[in-house]
Amino acid sequence: MIGGLDFSVVRDNLSYFFIGRYPKGPLGGVGLTLYLAVVSLALSFIGGLILGLLSVSRNRLLRYGSMAAIQTIRGMPLLMVIFWMFFLLPAMLGGGMTASWTIIVALTLFTSAYMSEIVRAGITGIPKGQMEAAISTGLSHGQAMIHIILPQALRNMIPSFVNQFVSMIKDTSLAFIVGVSELTQIATQINNRTMLYPTEIFIFIAVIYFIICFAFTELSRWLERRLAYRKAI
Amino acid sequence: MLSYKFDWAIVTSGKYFDWIVSGFYVTIKLSAVSIALSFMLGLIIAIMRMSHFRPVRWFAHGYLEFFRNTPLLVQIFFWYFGSYKVLPAVANDWLVKQDFEFAAAVIALTIYTSAFIAEDIRSGVRSIPKEQMEAARSSGFSYLRSMQFIILPQAVRLTIPPLINQFLNLMKNSSLAMTIGVAELMYQARQVESYTFKGFEAFSAATLVYVAISFTITGLMTLYDKKVLQPLKGR
Repeated sequence: MIGGLDFSVVRDNLSYFFIGRYPKGPLGGVGLTLYLAVVSLALSFIGGLILGLLSVSRNRLLRYGSMAAIQTIRGMPLLMVIFWMFFLLPAMLGGGMTASWTIIVALTLFTSAYMSEIVRAGITGIPKGQMEAAISTGLSHGQAMIHIILPQALRNMIPSFVNQFVSMIKDTSLAFIVGVSELTQIATQINNRTMLYPTEIFIFIAVIYFIICFAFTELSRWLERRLAYRKAI
Repeated sequence: MLSYKFDWAIVTSGKYFDWIVSGFYVTIKLSAVSIALSFMLGLIIAIMRMSHFRPVRWFAHGYLEFFRNTPLLVQIFFWYFGSYKVLPAVANDWLVKQDFEFAAAVIALTIYTSAFIAEDIRSGVRSIPKEQMEAARSSGFSYLRSMQFIILPQAVRLTIPPLINQFLNLMKNSSLAMTIGVAELMYQARQVESYTFKGFEAFSAATLVYVAISFTITGLMTLYDKKVLQPLKGR
């Protein structure tokens, strides 16, 4: 008992909170939250890179087209994107997508739009002289982008990517709405079953999310300081 | 997909159109109330965060980190399902007499967004040269008064774009209130879909509304940047 709250419900369900029914059943809880976040982040890194490169393309059609797509996705709530995917993906693919993968697609699409802005800012943040120098040494525009600009830009983007990962972990909580048994869904399940301890359960998962996200926020700050230091010398 | 028959009429007139419109009003109301409250709370937290009194500063710092690093959905659930055990009886009595779903959504959105707003205000304030504060203090203003009359008016001008961005996020985040049964835009779109099986039309209508609001505000912000901020920087 802490301040009139009874946390025994957390202790009794501890492994369910962290790994769901794994290894006897599918992975759930914190494990699934991290899995969803990591897979979606990896995919949206690729998506963001492609969209970001398109949005700085010299071809006007590609540039405006990709920017329109990016701005539209950024104008929508994530929940809207999730509902769209749940509605469109089965219609397009004729079913066969698991709920987890639909969420991963939705998170990837949504985060790619935000990632692309990071990529674009990173690329435009590299001094123009770099591109000019690269081209004057005989590289093509594409080669200069891949070998000269992107390696520098990507290094500067690392802290922002880590921040995006924090947002991603928080965003995976929306998977609850479509019944994917990640941490928030597990918490509501336990809450529905036990009925008496909503305060304890939601405080507990808030703290779990906080510990994970705060660790990565700090990591991003540390990386940023280190980058600033390296730039200074 | 080919066999799907579009029926745009259901979302452009009649009962379902009215549902979408009522959802739009609730979204606007929820956002407007939360924006006003989160701005005030964010301002208070930002000032506390810059206080010279350590416990106050630490409290504000802890508040910021905790609410920024916790999902909004979990916070909504906490206020809706779990707050009765930690709130005093008076507050509980008052809350259940209100529209409780709406109130819980407002509380969660306000607290979540205020943490982001406080950080934006703080970085706005930090970008004001230190000499401004020193000059204000040496001409006899107290710390709070120099904040009020000298620092904040300048900082707010710089902070407007990130603040508007946060308000836009708040408007999009307000869609999460559907999970506790607040009948806002997303909820109504879902409702139209389940009544008519016309998900494509219903979601398109809601998407259009969200995107239209976002584009309008983003456009105004670009204008503000061009007309107000750039000339200031040029000086």
